[in-house]
Amino acid sequence: MLSIDRSIVDAIVAHARRDHPDEACGVVAGPVGSDTPTRHIPMENAARSMTFYEFDSMEHLRVWREMDDRDEEPVVIYHSHTATEAYPSRTDISFAGEPGAHYLLVSTREPDTEEIRSFRIVDGVVTEEPVRILDAGVDPHAVQSYMFGQSPATVDYECSGR
Amino acid sequence: MAIEVRIPTILRSYTGGAKVVEGSGDTLNDLLADLDSRHGGLRDRLVTEAGALHRFVNVYVNDEDVRFLGALDAKLNDGDSVTILPAVAGGAFGFAAAAAMAQHVAVAPAAGRARVTAS
Repeated sequence: MLSIDRSIVDAIVAHARRDHPDEACGVVAGPVGSDTPTRHIPMENAARSMTFYEFDSMEHLRVWREMDDRDEEPVVIYHSHTATEAYPSRTDISFAGEPGAHYLLVSTREPDTEEIRSFRIVDGVVTEEPVRILDAGVDPHAVQSYMFGQSPATVDYECSGR
Repeated sequence: MAIEVRIPTILRSYTGGAKVVEGSGDTLNDLLADLDSRHGGLRDRLVTEAGALHRFVNVYVNDEDVRFLGALDAKLNDGDSVTILPAVAGGAFGFAAAAAMAQHVAVAPAAGRARVTAS
């Protein structure tokens, strides 16, 4: 399963919409071994095509080195399909070279709704996985501080009880 | 002195899990032959049967893409750093176009299996 913050998904969808009808692509890096995507890096589609995407080789090297220096890895590799469903094409499968990554596909073929799906692609075998979108408000620590700080009902009750 | 070679995750099965290995050679071709003598099979994942660099990988010498340095003929010196990265590419390419492309490159084993699976 891919767990990913809503703000990152929103940024990926915005990138895909911005580049539509060309395919958009990018990476979400996260700490090595964490399986948690934290840093969104939109990449340039060097192919500038409606049916193909390719990282610019120099940007690719720079971003991968930067991840290495920060003890990060590519947790998510995403791209958009702009006229077809969000499912890996044969080309996607042929090229998939990061067995540890979640391959996230966004379809922008419908103007008002996005289809977002995630896959593992290992040795040419595609396995779809659920995507869990995390809202900041659902974070257990965030919820706790919200309840303590913003819950006048408790205070009122204590006051009226005395 | 030797040439440091950075190996991507997907090819570390050939290097016993090592992220960095060392090798020697005057050209990229020589270096890959040298590496293959200790890490059998590695070269086939990078070079097609026709003797060209695979479409599926990017190879860099220091900060340069070897495609701009003569590809397999790229000259190497002791102390150089070679980085191998799997190319990140794909897209909703048509079947006919994908098939045409497959004829131009000898497809890596993993990709070969994918083609069988998908057909």
